Amino acid sequence: MTDLNPEVIHTWLADFASQVHDNAAWLTDLDRAIGDADHGSNLDRGMRAVAALDASTFSDSAAYLKKAGMTLVSTVGGASGPLYGTFFLRVGAALPADGPITASQWADAFEAGLTGIVQRGRAEVGDKTMVDALTPAVTAFRGAGDNVAAAWQAAASASAEGRDATVPLVARKGRASYLGERSAGHQDPGASSVTLLIESAARTLG
Amino acid sequence: MKKLINDVENVVLDSLHGLELAHGDLVRVDYENRVVLRKDAPKQGKVGLVSGGGSGHEPMHGGFVGMGMLDAACPGEVFTSPVPDQMMAADEAVNGGAGVLHIVKNYTGDVMNFDMAAEMAAAESGVRVESVVVDDDVAVQDSLYTAGRRGVGLTVLMEKIVGAGAEAGRDLDTLVALAKKVNGQGRSMGMALTSCTVPAAGKPTFDLGEDEMEVGIGIHGEPGRERRKLASAREVAEMLVEPILGDLDYTGSPVIAMVNGMGGTPLLELFIMYNEVYRILEKHGVTIARNLVGNYITSLEMAGTSVTLLKADDDLLKLWDAPVLTPGLRWGA
Repeated sequence: MTDLNPEVIHTWLADFASQVHDNAAWLTDLDRAIGDADHGSNLDRGMRAVAALDASTFSDSAAYLKKAGMTLVSTVGGASGPLYGTFFLRVGAALPADGPITASQWADAFEAGLTGIVQRGRAEVGDKTMVDALTPAVTAFRGAGDNVAAAWQAAASASAEGRDATVPLVARKGRASYLGERSAGHQDPGASSVTLLIESAARTLG
Repeated sequence: MKKLINDVENVVLDSLHGLELAHGDLVRVDYENRVVLRKDAPKQGKVGLVSGGGSGHEPMHGGFVGMGMLDAACPGEVFTSPVPDQMMAADEAVNGGAGVLHIVKNYTGDVMNFDMAAEMAAAESGVRVESVVVDDDVAVQDSLYTAGRRGVGLTVLMEKIVGAGAEAGRDLDTLVALAKKVNGQGRSMGMALTSCTVPAAGKPTFDLGEDEMEVGIGIHGEPGRERRKLASAREVAEMLVEPILGDLDYTGSPVIAMVNGMGGTPLLELFIMYNEVYRILEKHGVTIARNLVGNYITSLEMAGTSVTLLKADDDLLKLWDAPVLTPGLRWGA
């Protein structure tokens, strides 16, 4: 089991940054269909700034995640900046002190991040947003037992299923909601990018 | 993509440099914080009026900074909300001791970022900040279960009227009430003949056939509520005006009407639209007391138009007529 420290968190977020970069055009295309064609480029700009942080200069993981969250809030703009920023701020605040960390402690922090996103965006499951991927991911993580690596794997699978399930939904929050019925038949960009984040966690936090 | 740009990454920055060089007598730009400021900000004893949003809607908002309108505008990336750091810097720069009012268009990103700015400002500085959200777009059914109506054309009228109120020395609470009154009495509806291309995306946001149009659009190049067969200016005017009149009773009050171009529509066509809008309103017994025809809240190079109607009274007309001197709107000064 991997101990919690800023280097580990940085490995996770740097992996996510490279995933966002490689998939930026795809995320922007998804957003073009039901939004305003900027999700990939905006998140890429923010995550490049996060990936450029020097993990060795932070006293602990919480401090690193706070900085990562504020960096996203300050560089991304749109709805994604406050939502991703709030997620990392809340995860950081809910994590235990650096050192050994259990699956249950990770689950608490992960859930705190989700709660922050729900409060900030006021979205519920079924609104066709990132919450549709994150909510089942948190549930699957909690139900996966004591092995952190297995729990992140379960969360990544559940997140991908939740993402795929956004396709037929009619959006009720965010810019896609203005399309009404026309938003059905498209995969939600936010649920897609947040699944990349959980998949990165499954690769790096086991 | 064919655009007069140097580098996709620097579109907003290069444009801000041009704005400042062209209108240095009215505005200055804080490049570090990315804020367009009234040249003489802060004005002691005056409420600071701050707005902002994605770029690509020019002249809104940076072009509305100046005497009688905004004290500061925070430009985001193209069609992307600005970030809280910009708003906090703007609040600091325009605070003349009478507090600051944010005018926020009801788009999820704008609302969240202005919310975060207000939370952080409350925690970090003593500046009193109030916010009013504009949500005038009748194309969106207002509902508790959605993001609600978008903030569109009425924003221009609100910035002018509340700006005049601030210039006249009205206090923060009075201006909040004034802004809410304008929001309650104004409605808009828009349509598009073409899509537009976000520089960072490089291709049009949606495809639209030669014989098609989008009705019920916002201001970010997104598709509208429905796609219809192309129609005449007269029919389009009806499609835009009737839902507005169906939502609010405009009879018996002087009306301020804006026929706005989305960026790629010639004035020739906008005046054809104004003629039609005027005649429809006349038929309904609605009188236009003041008007604005031109490109004021745009969606890059999109062709199309939006109609905004504000039910006014003596006070609103007085504030509308008050002098204004900004890069994008000027009279009486």
